[in-house]
Amino acid sequence: MLTIDNLHVSVEGKPILNGINLDVRAGEVHAIMGPNGSGKSTLSSVIAGNEAYEVTKGDIIYQNENIIELAPEERANKGIFLSFQYPVEIPGITVTNFIKTAINSNLRARNEDEMPANKMLKKIREIAQLLEIDSKFLSRSLNEGFSGGEKKRNEIFQMAMLEPSLSILDETDSGLDIDALKVVASGVNKLKNKDNAVILITHYQRLLDYIVPDYVHVLHEGKIVKSGGKELAHELEEKGYDWIK
Amino acid sequence: MAYTEEDLKKELETKEYEYGFVTDIESDTFPIGLNEKIVQAISKRKEEPKWMTDWRLKAFKAWQEMEEPEWANVKYSKPDFQKISYYSAPKGKDKYDSLDEVDPELLKTFEKLGISINEQKKLTGVAVDIVVDSVSVATTFKDTLSKKGIIFCSISEAIKNHPELVKKYIGSVIPQKDNFYAALNSAVFSDGSFCYIPKGVRCPMELSTYFRINQAGTGQFERTLVIADKDSYVSYLEGCTAPSRDENQLHAAVVELVALDGAEIKYSTVQNWYPGNKNGKGGVFNFVTKRGICHTNSKISWTQVETGSAVTWKYPSCILKGDNSIGEFYSIAVTNNYQQADTGTKMIHIGKNTKSTIISKGISAGKSQNSYRGLVQINSRAENARNFSQCDSLLMGNKCGAHTFPYIEVKNKTAIVEHEASTSKIGEDQIFYCNQRGIDTEKAIALIVNGFSKEVLNKLPMEFAVEAQKLLEISLEGSVG
Repeated sequence: MLTIDNLHVSVEGKPILNGINLDVRAGEVHAIMGPNGSGKSTLSSVIAGNEAYEVTKGDIIYQNENIIELAPEERANKGIFLSFQYPVEIPGITVTNFIKTAINSNLRARNEDEMPANKMLKKIREIAQLLEIDSKFLSRSLNEGFSGGEKKRNEIFQMAMLEPSLSILDETDSGLDIDALKVVASGVNKLKNKDNAVILITHYQRLLDYIVPDYVHVLHEGKIVKSGGKELAHELEEKGYDWIK
Repeated sequence: MAYTEEDLKKELETKEYEYGFVTDIESDTFPIGLNEKIVQAISKRKEEPKWMTDWRLKAFKAWQEMEEPEWANVKYSKPDFQKISYYSAPKGKDKYDSLDEVDPELLKTFEKLGISINEQKKLTGVAVDIVVDSVSVATTFKDTLSKKGIIFCSISEAIKNHPELVKKYIGSVIPQKDNFYAALNSAVFSDGSFCYIPKGVRCPMELSTYFRINQAGTGQFERTLVIADKDSYVSYLEGCTAPSRDENQLHAAVVELVALDGAEIKYSTVQNWYPGNKNGKGGVFNFVTKRGICHTNSKISWTQVETGSAVTWKYPSCILKGDNSIGEFYSIAVTNNYQQADTGTKMIHIGKNTKSTIISKGISAGKSQNSYRGLVQINSRAENARNFSQCDSLLMGNKCGAHTFPYIEVKNKTAIVEHEASTSKIGEDQIFYCNQRGIDTEKAIALIVNGFSKEVLNKLPMEFAVEAQKLLEISLEGSVG
């Protein structure tokens, strides 16, 4: 589904990623761990197409297509989803209105008809229930005055609505208390199937107790320095990041 | 040979329309220039009684002594008032029977907006008065309204058929000498709408006036007078467009509202005059005086969506004369490219327990300048007056400007006056967030702008809120990148 080949990325001339290689197949969950400043969030932004980052070398192949030159919305239209670490506020636009606009934009980009309102409402209701979201929440302005946990839950809500092929969850566990974490994790698990893939970006092992990865990669100074199975996460938890440096 | 409706229809069918086109119809246009004779000629053409002619002449005299104001935060080369024609009317029939035949531009404009205004008007039952250049060409739903005793017609007709009402109220809110443009308008106004709602009547449909400047080198000076008698209610809408022309066109309108005891007037404007091209050439100078007077327990609510015009100078105001009266002003002003807007309101609290609310949303893009200018005045007898003002500005890019000039004068200690203001920029992170959800940048901006403007959009009548939203999108097209 996703192949990252020798990816080098700079911000304002300063190199952040120095030759990332990664293979993600359909049905897999990959966790990318690493200390602060190792380049985890940069990697997720670059896959999503954030133009603040400059790709100096390498390719990102998604569903057999090099997407390096594609605009962020084109990547989104093809099924790439990023759950933001710090979701932005858009005052005056409700959660419902926003997701409706997003879904219909994606459908139009794929030359499909817009989703009828009744179908949309039904889907919103089902997913809100799955993620234990109160209906009042849906008529609030997007992320405005949301608590950290509400913001993250809203990200997963959007993910569930958009049904992406590739989801990247950037520090989704930060700011969540344990109950919220369980709800979010069980949501992600229910949405997982053999046709989609998930990349979890996380600093701590905690999230991986609830969403179990098939592979764990450790990022350090812009490179993947170690890869392994889920046991690698436990090892990191015990020994700390100094161990791999 | 006389030009018939059939000819017009045919011509329009074979014509290729574009946004900002000119309708090629024969017009009866006065020579350029302004003097007493022109004023008299306009009055004569309109077959006005002597009192009206005298009223105009008095205004003209006053205007001659006045100076064009310069305090507004706008820069433009002043129009040469001797180079404008003050009267232009489509030749042929005085009145058309239906909208379709008269104003295909309107249809085309709204087609671009995705709305068939004709169909919609018929469905929702909005009565429309159409003013092209200097004259009112069609008024719909007259019969339905007259059954309730509602008078809705052009101001010219009102002067002929309801002189007692016009005589009593014209200039009662905005005197001839009020300001330079109001004086000019009082002297040369050629048409406009008139509306009277009798005691206790709730107007069953939206009343609407649609203005269009077509002829080159003419000014448009329309005059609107709305009188809501005791305990009546009316919701009134006006819309405007003009063709794209390289020279500037002048539009100086006057709108007077009278809300008698217990009456309510809701007045909404969607202003989309030609804003000039990308380089700031051409566009309409929109110098408008709008004011309403509120008697006891009455309410006047102004809502405006201002997206057009090269220069806008406009302050819809309320004189809260009666006790317990309420004034409201909700405004969205969008400026792009080289547009300049200086707009706001005046809330004059005279009566006891009077309340006013001001919500102003300014959106600036390109190299435009957008100013809010507002006055809240609490007079000494206005016990327990209250005002709440909120002025928000949204900036796009680094070359535009947003300015706020709030004036507050309080002469009564019991008053409570609140003022809030904010300025924000559309952030790249907001746009990226939307992009990441599959929403392209233009749509993302429209979404953010709509969210920003929501409090005001919500105040518009339903069908026009949709129109206004689309208009915001179109106005900001090409404002990024």
